[in-house]
Amino acid sequence: MNRQEIIDRIQGKVSSLIAGTSQGIDYPVVYVNKEHLIEFMKFLKEDEELSFDLISDVTAVDYPDRNPRFDVVYHIFSIKNGQRIRVKVPVGDGEGVESVTSVWRGAEWLEREVYDMFGITFYNHPDLRRILMEEDFKYYPLRKDFPLEGIEE
Amino acid sequence: MTVEGNETRKEMILNMGPQHPATHGVLRLLLHLEGEVVKKTIPIIGYLHRGVEKLGENRTYIQNIVFTDRLDYTASMSNNLSYALAVEKLCGIEVPERARVIRVIMTELQRIAAHLLWLGTYALDIGAMSVFFYCFREREKILDMFEMVSGQRLTPSYICIGGVRRDIDDKFLEALKVFCDTFNDYVKDYENLLTKNPIWIERLKDVAVLSAEDAINWGVTGPVLRASGVKFDFRRATPYCGYENYEFDIPVGTKGDCYDRYLVRVEEMRQSNRILKQAMKDIPDGPIMADVPFIAFPPKDQVMNNIEALIKHFKIASGTFQIPKGEVYSSIENPKGELGFYIVSDGSSKPYRMRIKSSCFVNLSALPFMTQGCLVADLIAALGSIDIVLGEIDR
Amino acid sequence: MGIEKNLANLGIVTTCLDKVLNWSRKNSLWPMTFGLACCALEMMVTVSARHDIARFGAEVYRGSPRQADLLIVPGTLTKKMLPMVLRLYEQMPEPKWVIAYGNCACTGGVFRTYNVVQGIDQYIPVDVYMAGCPPKPESLLTAIMMLRDKIDKESLKNRG
Repeated sequence: MNRQEIIDRIQGKVSSLIAGTSQGIDYPVVYVNKEHLIEFMKFLKEDEELSFDLISDVTAVDYPDRNPRFDVVYHIFSIKNGQRIRVKVPVGDGEGVESVTSVWRGAEWLEREVYDMFGITFYNHPDLRRILMEEDFKYYPLRKDFPLEGIEE
Repeated sequence: MTVEGNETRKEMILNMGPQHPATHGVLRLLLHLEGEVVKKTIPIIGYLHRGVEKLGENRTYIQNIVFTDRLDYTASMSNNLSYALAVEKLCGIEVPERARVIRVIMTELQRIAAHLLWLGTYALDIGAMSVFFYCFREREKILDMFEMVSGQRLTPSYICIGGVRRDIDDKFLEALKVFCDTFNDYVKDYENLLTKNPIWIERLKDVAVLSAEDAINWGVTGPVLRASGVKFDFRRATPYCGYENYEFDIPVGTKGDCYDRYLVRVEEMRQSNRILKQAMKDIPDGPIMADVPFIAFPPKDQVMNNIEALIKHFKIASGTFQIPKGEVYSSIENPKGELGFYIVSDGSSKPYRMRIKSSCFVNLSALPFMTQGCLVADLIAALGSIDIVLGEIDR
Repeated sequence: MGIEKNLANLGIVTTCLDKVLNWSRKNSLWPMTFGLACCALEMMVTVSARHDIARFGAEVYRGSPRQADLLIVPGTLTKKMLPMVLRLYEQMPEPKWVIAYGNCACTGGVFRTYNVVQGIDQYIPVDVYMAGCPPKPESLLTAIMMLRDKIDKESLKNRG
């Protein structure tokens, strides 16, 4: 399956779940609203032709001047097709998204890291705690307004 | 070490690490024990969190190469390559053929070095001391070769955006040839010491089993995934640097226990040697850097003698270049699994967001699942078998 | 070996207590097994056959701080790890020495970020600094030689 076929298949099957698609420099990009995230992710994994079974990465990007502020970005790989897809979910400050751990167990720590670094909550996550920073750390280091050298206590 | 007893449930909570001889760095495991049986393992990480992702947003694309060296410090060359490929993809740079072959040589050498380090320290964990000395003997030869081409043993920053930093010479090729010709015999030595060693088998067989289905579900990559029987390698699935032209096998395990992981890694060393032999056979002539004035450094001899090249060099080094806007994710098969870089560019000389996807991070997250109900001694074997490097996990 | 032969007959040696203590201390440094980051790999190489730290009597790496008298701080020290390092240092019996191995341990190195301690010497006294990123194994041997010289000059009056 090539990129265009992936996008075509997604648009043909679940066009109601997605908010938009684009080609991207490297991989097809799909924009999803957070209400439909789990349903869409389940489709990606369980669809026989797409079969996106290996979660590569969950991360976020902070755009302080934009509303909603964050993009949660998922990279998922399909061992069968040798293709990757990027799924983007916009999330506002102080909001959260549904956890995808019910779809891929491997997302557990990746989501914890996003929570730790950006302060984005993941609902129904089995164990949402800070992972890299101390438990009592007050800030979210990868937000753009956090200075590189930290905040003196 | 803290011990909390509970009279009724007889469960003990035990701290292993962060400073512990068998944790391969600063990892802390919180063990819930019932006698010798591990009921629950809770890894606590972040003791080496250096903020590389944040640092990446504050440094230019060129400067960031230095930080990639220090992620998975057992495999610096591979990290360099993964980052360089990501930026090249973003800028649409075609790397010259010679540089591509040199990159393959370096990363395969690095794979052998990383697996040797793993084998040595893993054997040490299990209790076999002499393997450590054997493995480090050969690893030193590889590090010497790295020093020959880059001047650094461990953190070479050799592979850079657009190609490689310096050309290889005959002395290097000679050393490489000697290494390739003799290495398989050395691997035989290690196997003689370990593969049929009854203690080794007893300690590793059927320990920390991870089925293929679970391995994929947990997002595990690299030798751990292959040991579980999934024939998957990014060098084959999404070839880069011309890996599609090399002949090599992807070793797979059958059961997914520690012993399979050991066998897979040993076989991978042989396959890397095989790739090296093919790569060094005919290295094409030509430049080692792409001619992309805005980000690839001009050759050093020109910088010394030509004012235009000097200005170019200065512009790149001082970060007054611009990168196309866009976002890119690129990953390669590191010795430990998939190392990916997700770079979001806003058009300036610094990444807007540099995300590092670490294979060890995901592999370690599967450890509690793997080690449910095993013994404490097996936990040490399991922890070693997934081959983690805290520099890459914590970033 | 005239002196030794004669002394052996007598069964008595006269020397200065400082000298005996320093001689025995400097020739049997027991470092702690303690790896932080990249530099720890070079520290491991120093133990291996090629560089063979045993030549200087410092090969007995101990897992417990209570049996060690040399703390080699190899690599980046983060704020999360700092309390543990301090605790390990305090658990080591006197006399004890510290080698800050590598740029990160000396000054924080390239990692001037929110979670990295900018130099271990802000918290514990350092005897030998060794620059490099990472320093070569020879550098660790140099550091140990320098430390030996330093121990040789110590006196009971100044330090236990």
